[in-house]
Amino acid sequence: MSKERNEPKIRIENVSYSYGGKPALRNVTLNIPANAITVLFGPAGGGKTTLLRLINRLNDLIDGTEMSGRILLDGRDIYAPGVNVSELRRRVGMVFALPLPLPGTIRQNIEYGPRLAGIRDRARLEEIVERSLKQAALWDEVKDRLDSPASALSGGQQQRLCIARSLALEPEVLLLDEPTSGLDPISTGKVEESLYELKQHYTIVIVPHSVQQAARVADYAAFFLMGELIEHGPGSRIFTAPRDQRTEDYITGRFG
Amino acid sequence: MNRYLTQRLGFALLTLATLIVVVPILLVVATIIIRGMSVISWEFLTAMPRNGMKEGGILPAIVGTLLLTLGTALAAIPIGVGGAIYLAEYARDNWLTRAIRLAIINLAGIPSVVYGLFGLGLFVLFLHFGTSILAGSLTLAIMTLPIIISTAEEALRSVPMEFRTVSASLGGTRWQGIRYIVLPQALPGIITGVILGLLRAAGETAPILFTVAAFYLPRLPRSPFDPTMALPYHLYVISTQVPGMPLGIQYGTALVLLALVLSMNVVATVIRSYYRRRREW
Repeated sequence: MSKERNEPKIRIENVSYSYGGKPALRNVTLNIPANAITVLFGPAGGGKTTLLRLINRLNDLIDGTEMSGRILLDGRDIYAPGVNVSELRRRVGMVFALPLPLPGTIRQNIEYGPRLAGIRDRARLEEIVERSLKQAALWDEVKDRLDSPASALSGGQQQRLCIARSLALEPEVLLLDEPTSGLDPISTGKVEESLYELKQHYTIVIVPHSVQQAARVADYAAFFLMGELIEHGPGSRIFTAPRDQRTEDYITGRFG
Repeated sequence: MNRYLTQRLGFALLTLATLIVVVPILLVVATIIIRGMSVISWEFLTAMPRNGMKEGGILPAIVGTLLLTLGTALAAIPIGVGGAIYLAEYARDNWLTRAIRLAIINLAGIPSVVYGLFGLGLFVLFLHFGTSILAGSLTLAIMTLPIIISTAEEALRSVPMEFRTVSASLGGTRWQGIRYIVLPQALPGIITGVILGLLRAAGETAPILFTVAAFYLPRLPRSPFDPTMALPYHLYVISTQVPGMPLGIQYGTALVLLALVLSMNVVATVIRSYYRRRREW
């Protein structure tokens, strides 16, 4: 708990959000500490994904939504006028539930973000490709076929490619939205292992695809129910001694 | 047994319906080829018409149709694809964009002679382009736009939304996502629409009637402000307006027009399948 009080990486302050009048988040306040894995968990429709997509402003792409409250990254309001959204999304990377390689080769997938950021130098791009694939634990499997189509990879490899693609931008924060929902247990294990490595350098926010995964990876956990943040705290406490009856009911499988 | 017979009967009827569609097309093509082939010669393709078009070749009409198609493409592709990008990627869904879409659909249903009159009024007279390739191309372009816009918009929409989201999440602007991901994916569909539109433009008579087509002009155009002969109009003229026209020349002209249009179609199919094979999802 003490870590939460010094300089959280992300501060979510009184955020409410609705899609065309339908509320998705109600007055959520949450601090997300740096260099740790924060898990947002709870039953479907709880607003977890919405909150993730607010942190890198991906919901800007959707019409007819309404937001109140503030989200601060390193103390700066990311919704303040004049914020460069592309720049923000380079600092806050995202991995989606369904791995979706961009059309093209493995290499092109990794290079897409850095190229848009203006990096043209071959040697530098080469280095980025290798580093990010290694970080995502995919390098050994694909190093000999970087120029073959990304769509030829298996589902688990595609998801690690998507993680590598985000890491290529050296973001400070990595948002993962059920990144293993489509994967088999072995691939899931590989993705989770790479998360443990990554949290040394990155702030990670993940919506897990099961309570078990939540408990496995969480340094900090926040339980969401129907748009409300019910309780949050260190994972070790949330999953062993939840304070709220609803959290306990969900964790023990009484509903969900 | 009964159901089996019903099915046989059904298949027979469907096959018959298909034949009824295909046979006339084959007959038309075959007739034109058989009757037109005899007059096709190097001279027919490369010489000026002589003796009131009853002799010589149809070069100015061929060149005219090619130039008009080129002019139509130059005007209609940027505007049409640009409009489609706006409608599919940027426009919000409100009464204005719904009205625009409705207008585009309705434009596609307007008889081509009306486009001809509109072109006469706007380009030939009001803008003083005169009866010219420029006026004709622009008139054909306007006629072609609805086809290009609606097929291109459809092609853009068929690219999954998630590609745009992924591009944005990697720091791409909306335009970068369109430019590097969405457009390349939609290209085969866009090309199809463009070619369909241009094919229609190349074969039209009415829109060029008042805006560009010359009845008999045995020389090649020198500038966009010159009138020109064009194949569809030439065919109309020699079929209905010139007494004592040798039948062979009519069929020969029709054959050239048909070959031109079909070869454009083949080119389009090749380009399309090339891009489709490169697509990986």
